Amino acid sequence: MNNITPYSSPHYFIYLLLLLLPIIIGLWFGKRFRIYDLFATVVILITAFFGGNMKQGISLIFYILFEVAVIFTYRAYRKKYNNFWVFTLFVVLAIVPLVFVKLDPLLNNATISLFGFMGISYLTFKSVEIVMETRDGAIKELKPFEFVRFLLFFPTITSGPIDRFKRFQKDVNNVPSREEYVELLHSGVNKLMKGLLYKFIIGYFFGTLLLPKIQILTLSYRGQTPLNLSWALVAYMYVYSMYLFFDFAGYSLFAVAISNFMGIKTPMNFNAPFKSKNIKDFWNRWHMTLSFWFRDFIYMRLMFTMIKHKWIKNKVTIANFGYITLFLIMGFWHGETWYYIVYGIFHALAMITNDAWLRYKKRHRKSIPSNKFTHAFAVFLTFNVVCFSFMIFSGILDKLWF
Amino acid sequence: MDDIKTQIVSILKDVTGLDDAGQDMDQDLFKDGILDSMATVEVLVTLQDTFGITVPVSEFDRSQWSTVNKIAQQVKELE
Repeated sequence: MNNITPYSSPHYFIYLLLLLLPIIIGLWFGKRFRIYDLFATVVILITAFFGGNMKQGISLIFYILFEVAVIFTYRAYRKKYNNFWVFTLFVVLAIVPLVFVKLDPLLNNATISLFGFMGISYLTFKSVEIVMETRDGAIKELKPFEFVRFLLFFPTITSGPIDRFKRFQKDVNNVPSREEYVELLHSGVNKLMKGLLYKFIIGYFFGTLLLPKIQILTLSYRGQTPLNLSWALVAYMYVYSMYLFFDFAGYSLFAVAISNFMGIKTPMNFNAPFKSKNIKDFWNRWHMTLSFWFRDFIYMRLMFTMIKHKWIKNKVTIANFGYITLFLIMGFWHGETWYYIVYGIFHALAMITNDAWLRYKKRHRKSIPSNKFTHAFAVFLTFNVVCFSFMIFSGILDKLWF
Repeated sequence: MDDIKTQIVSILKDVTGLDDAGQDMDQDLFKDGILDSMATVEVLVTLQDTFGITVPVSEFDRSQWSTVNKIAQQVKELE
């Protein structure tokens, strides 16, 4: 038996829905069966992490124990003291397992990533959130069981969406009324259907049928043209972008749908990102729980500190410094390869350019037309900038050039 | 309360550079793109200095700070 990646095949849903049935019946009659929830979680974790050689599962257990130790040591410390450097140390400690996993491919030493398992990034986002909100005093009560339940909530365990602790607690400690639950089931079924269409039909068409062929064609221009560029690469750019969106948006819809069936309103990850009118708008619509996490826990905190301590006077410089920091971190988070880092820098520059344009537009509001044609042009331009960035992200240039 | 609102509107105008910012006390400032992350932080810092309140960034829930009326409510509670 092998590890079963959640939502990776249509069959998975049949077993998953059977497993969920008692939970759904319970919620229908206004009950949450705590023991059964635990049982269902264990079943999913076993199939996802202990199916193969158990390495992933053991990593997961070590990871959870480690994070529990980090979080509760910090909470005990925070009751009496609040030193900035101790706080920083605990944020670093919470990230250390992820850093090991990310550095592993660079070191050619497979033993270092004790903590390697699918979804470690997403659990780390949640752990760091808890450390930061503990410092702010925003999480008053936290039991180890609640923390572990939040981390291991199985519909979102492998790839998000990234929920927030207080929001999650509100749902999990509450039983929706019949009307609310009917509404949740209704929206869950809709999302499930849309997800099946996105991931297994449209995503499959672009990713499995089209992409490999276009990749071969693109790579066939190696040594044939200046920089090995071709129209095939342009086609690859669009096909890859479509695949990336439909595959990931489909997956995210599944995670939200399954959460809904369990009476949890996990936040949505995508909101028609290809309709964005500028790059800022795009990041409010694409992989939203990740970009909002970066916004709230990195960008805004950095801005806040810099403005309060007046490190830099100029507002524009502060904002731009923030963008570069944020998108570089996002690049490194994706993985330690040149194209992820370039992808991050590209988006930082796009944000800086966009801000400059918005400032210019504000000053010359009367002389710049704004109508449905300019709007259509803005959407078209943003779409192409985004697809170009995904082409960098895809790593095709690495295959083409090196 | 009205005094607080007037001050908030003038902070919004200063930060965004828009003359009509906060004209409608129930306008959603985030949805309508009046406040981005940077402007939000500037407003928060200015509110802290003006009213002597502290808003931890974690406690900052966008849905509770989205209009002039809501900001005024929050300021009053934190004062």
